[in-house]
Amino acid sequence: MSTGTTKLDVVVSDVVPVNDLVTRFHFRRRDGELLPTFSGGAHVVVEMRDGGRTRLNPYSLMGSPLDTSEYTISVRRDDVGRGGSLFMHRNVRPGLEMVISYPVNLFSLDLRAKKHLMLAGGIGITPFMAQTAQLAAEGGNFELHYTCRTASLGTYADVLRERYDRRIRLYHDDREERIELDRLLSTQPLGTHLYVCGPAGMINWVRDRAAALGWPPETVHFEHFAAPQPGLPFDVTLAVSGKTIRVDEQQSLLEAIEAAGVDPPYLCRGGVCGQCETNVISHDGKFIHNDHWLSEEDHRSGCKIMPCVSRFEGKSLVLER
Amino acid sequence: MAAKSIISRPVYGTLSPQPGKHHLFVADAEGALAISDMAAGAPAGFFSDAHVIFIPGHDGKHVATLEALKPAQFYQGHTFASALPRLKQTLANAHMGLRVYLSGTEGLIGQAMQAALEAGIDHTSIQTEHRGSLARRMQCVHCKGITENVTTQPATCAHCGLLLLVRDHYSRRIAAFQGVCINAEDRSEIPPIEEAFP
Ligand code: FES
Repeated sequence: MSTGTTKLDVVVSDVVPVNDLVTRFHFRRRDGELLPTFSGGAHVVVEMRDGGRTRLNPYSLMGSPLDTSEYTISVRRDDVGRGGSLFMHRNVRPGLEMVISYPVNLFSLDLRAKKHLMLAGGIGITPFMAQTAQLAAEGGNFELHYTCRTASLGTYADVLRERYDRRIRLYHDDREERIELDRLLSTQPLGTHLYVCGPAGMINWVRDRAAALGWPPETVHFEHFAAPQPGLPFDVTLAVSGKTIRVDEQQSLLEAIEAAGVDPPYLCRGGVCGQCETNVISHDGKFIHNDHWLSEEDHRSGCKIMPCVSRFEGKSLVLER
Repeated sequence: MAAKSIISRPVYGTLSPQPGKHHLFVADAEGALAISDMAAGAPAGFFSDAHVIFIPGHDGKHVATLEALKPAQFYQGHTFASALPRLKQTLANAHMGLRVYLSGTEGLIGQAMQAALEAGIDHTSIQTEHRGSLARRMQCVHCKGITENVTTQPATCAHCGLLLLVRDHYSRRIAAFQGVCINAEDRSEIPPIEEAFP
């Protein structure tokens, strides 16, 4: 069994279109019991049986942590992605029985903070739906800045404004509204923690500015689910299990290892948690490291790879798995 | 530098300039030298955003050393207690981007850190450097009284008079080491008293 990924048998209880790109899915337990407790920022990995292949995608839980009668996730359709979000949009209907993992939180609130400053971009709003609900219930001090392309793609912006009013600031790209980041970061009271979830460019921008303006790294939290990038097919030998497998263009190395019947550990499937770290025994070719976990030194050494997001191009690759 | 013996025992580092908009230094006695050593490697203009709160030792030394760094603000206190309101006020008005540097005796570092923690700063993001005396701030676990500047092992509680073994067990919350009665069975038994924290 994969570490931290105990399974839950659920049924899809509702499917709600939110806007042109986003659909919301509701899950309940098949046995009618309550779902496990979670904290704001947690995600689950959803298993999709897509014909002969199993897709496993992580999605943030967006419901209130105070209500565990159901879990809700929001999925943004990606027409040029590898197909997981399209599968959710096209094939998942109320009544479908699915398997999801227990919730895992790699983006939790630091409740010692005096104030929580949240920055969301696009579909990066989902973990904040749960976090704001959690904080509001505890009387926590928070402020959320949310950038979206257009008002109609501001997923849940209206819900958030309704619930929290002036604690929510909206920025629309098409109106050329931009977060005044330096001013925002420089006027926060001591003891504020910063949370950012959105596209990689936004996360990097915010982290860089925060570091330059003297925010200690312990106070800056970020979440980025990098979807595995497609690439050239390649062959891998798994030394421990004695198998040689092929990784397809659209498949991640982790998925290929799983398809071969090996059950490696994972938590995030996005290159940030470190769970899937695997030793390289030998290689002849070049790595395409897409993770945020290994150090640059690790990347250069060629001794380690994160199979959930990273790829390889070359003649041979032997992994310790 | 004090050795790491048990987990609660603080470990200190060496001050180094951090990126930030403002810099707050709190130091006593020879802690001033940690600041001037750091200043040697700091970027130009670093102290123009700095506020230094300094409590000189009995000899009154090092004030000129710190003034020479030309910090934006310089405050000199007689005791930590007299400097505390200013420290608290500074922290209360501060914004993210303020970096905190503490140097000198363990008692100074511990108490200033206590104020910084209350203001919401994580202890891992505070720079500390131990300089000068190893004297400890000790809490008597029996009467809860705090005795400052303990240099001997065992030491007498200034409040209840018990003879205490000064442990390495440190409380961040009260910024003090724990002292436990060393001769509870037989008070007439007085072990040799040694200078342990000069
Ligand atoms: S599963 Fe988290 S880094 Fe690969």
